[in-house]
Amino acid sequence: MSNQIRRELPRDPEVRALILQAQGLHLSRRKLLAGAGGLGLAGLLAACGTGGGGGGGATATTAAVTDISATDKNVFWANWTLYLDYDDKTKQYPTLQEFTKRTGIEAHYVEDIDGNDTYYGKVQGQLAAGQDIGQDIITLTDWMAGRVIRQGYTQKLDHANIPNIKNLLPALQKVDFDPGRENSLTWQSGYAGIAWNKAKYPKGLRTVSDLWNPDLKGRITVLDEMRDTIGLLMLDDGVDIASAWGDAEFTKATDMLTKQINDGQIRQVKGNSYKEDFISGDAIAGIVWSGDIVQMNFENDDQWEFVIPEAGCTLWSDNMMVPIASPRKTNAEKLMNFYYEPDIAAQVAAYVNFISPVHGAKEAMEKIDPSLVSNPLIFPSDTDLAKAHVFRSLNADEETKYNSQFQTAIGA
Amino acid sequence: MTATATRGQKKHATEDLRSEEEIAAEKRKGRVGLYLIIPGMAFLALFFAAPVLVLLSMSLYAKPPGAEIGEFVPALQFSNYTTVIAAYWEVFLRSFVFAFIATVAALLIGYPMAYLVAVRLRGRQLMQGILLVLLIAPFFSSFILRTQAWKQILSDEGPVVTVLRAIAILPPDGHLTATAFAVVCGLTYNFLPFMMLPIYANLDRLDTSLLEASGDLYASPIKTFFKVTLPLSMPGVFAGTLLTFIPAAGDYVNASLLGNNRDTAMIGQIIDSRFFKVVDYPGASALSFILMILILALVLIYIKRFGTKELF
Repeated sequence: MSNQIRRELPRDPEVRALILQAQGLHLSRRKLLAGAGGLGLAGLLAACGTGGGGGGGATATTAAVTDISATDKNVFWANWTLYLDYDDKTKQYPTLQEFTKRTGIEAHYVEDIDGNDTYYGKVQGQLAAGQDIGQDIITLTDWMAGRVIRQGYTQKLDHANIPNIKNLLPALQKVDFDPGRENSLTWQSGYAGIAWNKAKYPKGLRTVSDLWNPDLKGRITVLDEMRDTIGLLMLDDGVDIASAWGDAEFTKATDMLTKQINDGQIRQVKGNSYKEDFISGDAIAGIVWSGDIVQMNFENDDQWEFVIPEAGCTLWSDNMMVPIASPRKTNAEKLMNFYYEPDIAAQVAAYVNFISPVHGAKEAMEKIDPSLVSNPLIFPSDTDLAKAHVFRSLNADEETKYNSQFQTAIGA
Repeated sequence: MTATATRGQKKHATEDLRSEEEIAAEKRKGRVGLYLIIPGMAFLALFFAAPVLVLLSMSLYAKPPGAEIGEFVPALQFSNYTTVIAAYWEVFLRSFVFAFIATVAALLIGYPMAYLVAVRLRGRQLMQGILLVLLIAPFFSSFILRTQAWKQILSDEGPVVTVLRAIAILPPDGHLTATAFAVVCGLTYNFLPFMMLPIYANLDRLDTSLLEASGDLYASPIKTFFKVTLPLSMPGVFAGTLLTFIPAAGDYVNASLLGNNRDTAMIGQIIDSRFFKVVDYPGASALSFILMILILALVLIYIKRFGTKELF
């Protein structure tokens, strides 16, 4: 974050201090809380504050927020790591520079989100109290987006400010956690599927069950995202994860997971760090995210192959939302609108290698990098999309129950 | 007993000799002392007592029926404790066993190193300086990165596993990462400096003429070590074991990076997953509180059993 700020503000420290002050104190407070949140303290204190306030609970207290976008030409955006086009030479985000050039709005981009759960743990207390968390856009995965929208932690988007929303791919227009996309807009999408090291396992994989082959014992990693790992296991069992399945189907999948962990077939259950195990060779195959494999192959001589399992894969998206109490919603909407221009979306896709949600990005890609146009992991074919399923939304009770069950299954 | 009695008598005698002014000055000094500890106490109250109280009250919160995720109301739900103990007693046990093994291993490795630097190299300041810097150097880089580096070193394709497989210590499909062994090694490695530095500080003050005296009285070097050096260095050993055991018992970085999902989970990991993943704030708080009490109890027993007066 500090890099980002330093880059975009004048060099003179005094001027910089003045500007930061003028932007409001939320920045330093936010950083401070984020730091404490790493220890879980901020969240805990905040959570207590909520409960102590007469059992107000997790639903946000709505307060009228005045939009200061007209006078305050800034927008603060929290996103995941390696998720926006970045120029190593200039240490800048080219599309953000373009945005500032066109609109005069300074974009302050931070790679603050390293997990849906940890980020939620950090900011939930403030959101519940209806406080500004210092970000105008947060980017969270479908299920977590569903949770924060349901809890009233986001602001309604004014589609009049986002005319480019017409470019949103049809498949993403109607999502069950946000009908009509009133509170969220897709940033990028991707699959969770299976991948293997081509040199070490030449026979390859076709289904999730192939991962349980004895010759892969102890060389498998699976994701610690419940919806992806359990989703793939349930699909392998023939369950439609988008429709109304219940405890029996879920438990069958977690039992399978526990069995494979206890038998030593699955070496580890991991988040983003599974990539290191693939690169070090500890893992030969596993359940992975599609974009990671594209990036890893780019950096490590095309060692791995990703496929959508025959029974289908999960499709997830990360969604941009404006948190409650953000006073720069219009600026945030302008930024969303900007990234829904096909040319800009193609620039991002060329860097992040995930599925672009923007209609027309594929055509725009011809001009940027024609070799990527035919990459099915960035611009999926209709047959691939037909095999991609979205894990159904869970209500609060189900979410707690299944999360707990999954954490127990993975020994945590 | 007799010593304290005489000391007491002496104190009385001197007190009688002091003038009124001296006594008043003494009292003033006492008051100044009190004022001086106020900032420290305030700091403790704010940053230790308050969070512990918050933790304690949170651990008794209840989830109202039909509540949203993360919604809890103040209550006195003591069953939070029984629930988490029933579910995770094994993990507690494992954490303490791992921490204990790591502490013993760190002692066995750390003591000779501290002895080498503090006693054998005494007078050779350059060598001492270089070795001390080497001992402290790991602190200059990130804890997580160092643990991550071990993952690479111990990886299946790495040199250690390759050699161990070649000499048949490991079976052909055996591995080191994702095992309890790797977790304990990581704990030992990461907390070794905490063991070594207090022992070094203690041995540095060891009067070597005592060792000569022991030799003059025909004690073998081994006997000298166990009868003279080791007993004299016990305060350092004591401080080192505490400084190693306490953080090791609550650690979760080593277990999550070097462990697996079957039989290496440590309590820190569970607290993390209850808090962030399951969003069970009361359960996570109860676990933290139990961990704190257990460590406190173990440390108290340890101090009572082995504690040296010089330390406390």
